[in-house]
Amino acid sequence: MIDVPVPATRPPNDNRSTVGRRILGLHAWLTYIFLYAPIVVLVLFSFTTDTFGVRWTGFTFEWYLRLARDSRMINATINTLWVALVATIISTVCGTLLALAMERYRFRGRNGMDALLYLPIVIPEIVMALALLAFFSFAFGLLESLTGIKLRMNIWTVIISHVAFCISFVVVVVRASLKGFDLRLEEAGADLGADPQTIFWRITLPLIMPGVIGGALLAFTLSLDDFIISFFTVGPGTNLLPVEVYGRVKRAITPSINAISTIMLLVSMGLVFLSQFVQRQRD
Amino acid sequence: MTVVAPDETPIAQQRQQRRRLWLLLAPGGLWLLFFFVLPLLIVMLYSFATPGPTGNVIWQFNFNSYITLMGKDLYFNAYYRSLWVGLQTTVICLLVGYPLALYMTLATPKQRNLLLFLVLIPFWTNFLVRTYAWMIILSNNGLINELLQMLGFAKQLLYPSTGAVLVGLIYGSLPFMVLPLYASLARFDFTLMEASADLGAGRWRSFWRIMFPLTVPGVVAGSVLVFIPTVGQFVVSDLLGGSKVDLLGNLLQRLFTRSNPPNWPLGSALALVFMFVLTLIVIIYFRTTTEEDR
Amino acid sequence: MKEVHVTNTSAVVLQQVTKRFQNVTAVDAIDLDIRDGEFFSMLGPSGCGKTTTLRMIAGFEFPSSGVISLGGAHVEKVPAHLRNVNTVFQSYALFPHMTVAENIAFGLEMKNVLRADIKPRVDAALAMVQLGNYGARRPKQLSGGQQQRVALARALVNRPKVLLLDEPLGALDLKVRKEMRSERKRLQQEVGITFIYVTHDQEEALTMSDRIAVMNQGKLLQVGSPTEIYERPSSRFVADFIGEANFIDGVGTDIGTPYCTVRASNGLELQGMLQGASSVGAAVTIAIRPEKLRLPVQAPQNVRTLAAKVQQVVYIGSDTRLTVRLSDTITLDVWEQNIRSTLDRDAYWQRGEQGFVTWNPDNALILTA
Repeated sequence: MIDVPVPATRPPNDNRSTVGRRILGLHAWLTYIFLYAPIVVLVLFSFTTDTFGVRWTGFTFEWYLRLARDSRMINATINTLWVALVATIISTVCGTLLALAMERYRFRGRNGMDALLYLPIVIPEIVMALALLAFFSFAFGLLESLTGIKLRMNIWTVIISHVAFCISFVVVVVRASLKGFDLRLEEAGADLGADPQTIFWRITLPLIMPGVIGGALLAFTLSLDDFIISFFTVGPGTNLLPVEVYGRVKRAITPSINAISTIMLLVSMGLVFLSQFVQRQRD
Repeated sequence: MTVVAPDETPIAQQRQQRRRLWLLLAPGGLWLLFFFVLPLLIVMLYSFATPGPTGNVIWQFNFNSYITLMGKDLYFNAYYRSLWVGLQTTVICLLVGYPLALYMTLATPKQRNLLLFLVLIPFWTNFLVRTYAWMIILSNNGLINELLQMLGFAKQLLYPSTGAVLVGLIYGSLPFMVLPLYASLARFDFTLMEASADLGAGRWRSFWRIMFPLTVPGVVAGSVLVFIPTVGQFVVSDLLGGSKVDLLGNLLQRLFTRSNPPNWPLGSALALVFMFVLTLIVIIYFRTTTEEDR
Repeated sequence: MKEVHVTNTSAVVLQQVTKRFQNVTAVDAIDLDIRDGEFFSMLGPSGCGKTTTLRMIAGFEFPSSGVISLGGAHVEKVPAHLRNVNTVFQSYALFPHMTVAENIAFGLEMKNVLRADIKPRVDAALAMVQLGNYGARRPKQLSGGQQQRVALARALVNRPKVLLLDEPLGALDLKVRKEMRSERKRLQQEVGITFIYVTHDQEEALTMSDRIAVMNQGKLLQVGSPTEIYERPSSRFVADFIGEANFIDGVGTDIGTPYCTVRASNGLELQGMLQGASSVGAAVTIAIRPEKLRLPVQAPQNVRTLAAKVQQVVYIGSDTRLTVRLSDTITLDVWEQNIRSTLDRDAYWQRGEQGFVTWNPDNALILTA
């Protein structure tokens, strides 16, 4: 997803400034410890027998077993996965089409569209979340007064909201991969008699597929991990994993939260590895 | 990159192109229009409305909400605190992140990939989960307190506190600072540092006069990516700060969902003013630091 | 114009300087004594160690072993910013975020020169490289040649004892390069400081230098004036790298003064000047430069000649380059100046013609390395 840029010039090497280099190295390692210690502690303490989950008093799988029996948690997990799946599909399709439009065509509102696409990325999440909450309230209120149908926030309001912020990220990723695209390949297709539809499905799409998959993985991860927007757009009836975890954390710290957190971490890391793998294929 | 301008082809082709363009733009564009632009407009609408007694909204339009905002100290304080926290987090992330990004640039290609990857992994995991991890470490019977006890010190109340919130925020934002910094440093021409040394500048002066100015785009990008989400935070301040730390995000959350009754017009006004101030700050920051391309 | 004279004081001295990078020896125990006021070039193919040596003198690398002295003081462990030398980099390394004037002023600022004094010195430096009005421009607005001159000004304004130049003309095209060569030499003589110049272009080295050091694979092969290097190369590599040469392998059969005798592979007995030490029976190579060979139409009397058949004729305009065959194994390149008009059909050779080739044995060098 993120290309590792390579330094343009050879950075200084070996003997000079070894003291400086060592200090930098020490700082780097300390920073990495800072970054990973909490994660390690979290995972480790998902196995502790301490009911508060903050100390090590013994080893047990208890908390994971409890999770398996926790219907609310399982329900929340299924919902979250479902939301992520649907949101990913929709946002990837919309995003890819948008990316193609932005990279291939010149049109009057292009700059405006560009700005619009970057807004969801830079806007504070809470503002976007509240705006969506306001929007749905307003829309439902209007609907009720016009038709008498009462709607409440549900899983679909969450999905719609997720798509709204995922599209921009997909566009960024797909556009990046489109920049290196050789249009002559499409021209060759046309030269050989293919119509635009065929060119798109048989030439263009397969070639941008790694970028599209990268965008999809990004959208999936963002949706899975999202808390703020989900928090405000989920209704009373649905439960989502991050929101559920938040509720429990507010009430008490127990190792079962560690357990579910560990699982979430593993899934996220798995997705990162997957995305790196896809990137390697592309190169 | 070649771009096909719709007005360069014969009429029938042109219409075809136009149709295709609309097909491409419509799904995403309409989605964003309805579920991003419209909601923001509705927030604006709400901000001019009047709050009702049961938390509903009365469609009587006035500037009351904005006036309330200007009046109460509560809101100004929330702004200052949020901006201050945002600033602190950004500066500390910069101080921690720059040397790290530099170290990554100076490493061998294989090391570099690994180091970058290691920074990315926390970036991809759930923010909530990572904040929770700090709750564990900082709690009364948690690691740090255990360590303190072992060393003979008394237990400290590490959280909820402003310090804990800061730690949590820095922890969550660090990757956002490191990545743009690294991208900028990777484009830096290290021969310039040799030239600087050749002309008599020691390492520190060379850094300040040459490396830092030329990596400012990365600093700006990283700062913006850290500052904006941090100012709008409410999760970290909620979990690690409790009621002691009241930031804009917490205020907004309360106004919209937890107050009794909720006050949407006021909340909307607050959200809009917040966005406005933030955008202003970012634009000013951009203008004053990235003039080198003129 | 200041009369330049190369003094006898040493500006830079390298003693047994070696540089190893992991398992590669980039510079192998070289000794150099560069004198004050000299235009000293280090010449060699890519990877020969000349740039590494330059960098060690500048202070960007520290030697693995050996001693480097600047003006008598040992500096091999002194970091670059404390040495009184300045460098003109191959890529110029102009600071893109500063103007030309700010670039040039940088070194003076680092030395805490008073603000009032900086401006006149910067202006003088700009004038010296003929870029008087360019002070307010940015590096990216200048052409390659202009950037090069700014780099030079930036270095010279600091009045260093020694100026180091790392293939500074490499990125420029031929015409500009030739112009800059004479300008460079003139500048050096005007300013009067020592120039240490690294290049792989032997023509450049020959035209500008007082002395040249030829290097290959980390080793110093020969140090001498341009004429010494050209006319009396000490090894086959040097003879081949500088200018062109014909090589004939053979075995030494007699050591005498002033000439020694060599039997070539085809049995021919040739005479020449021995460079270095050798013994009878040792394998040697005779090197003769093409311009030293003559192809008289008729065999002159009293001079040793060899029968030669013209194989190839290349017309350069000012000279004609011929390849002649002496035997199955020996072909020689011969360069003849076209003293007579080449419109005259019998003034020059044709393919297939027979002639005689001759040379002065003073110009035949017997090389042992």
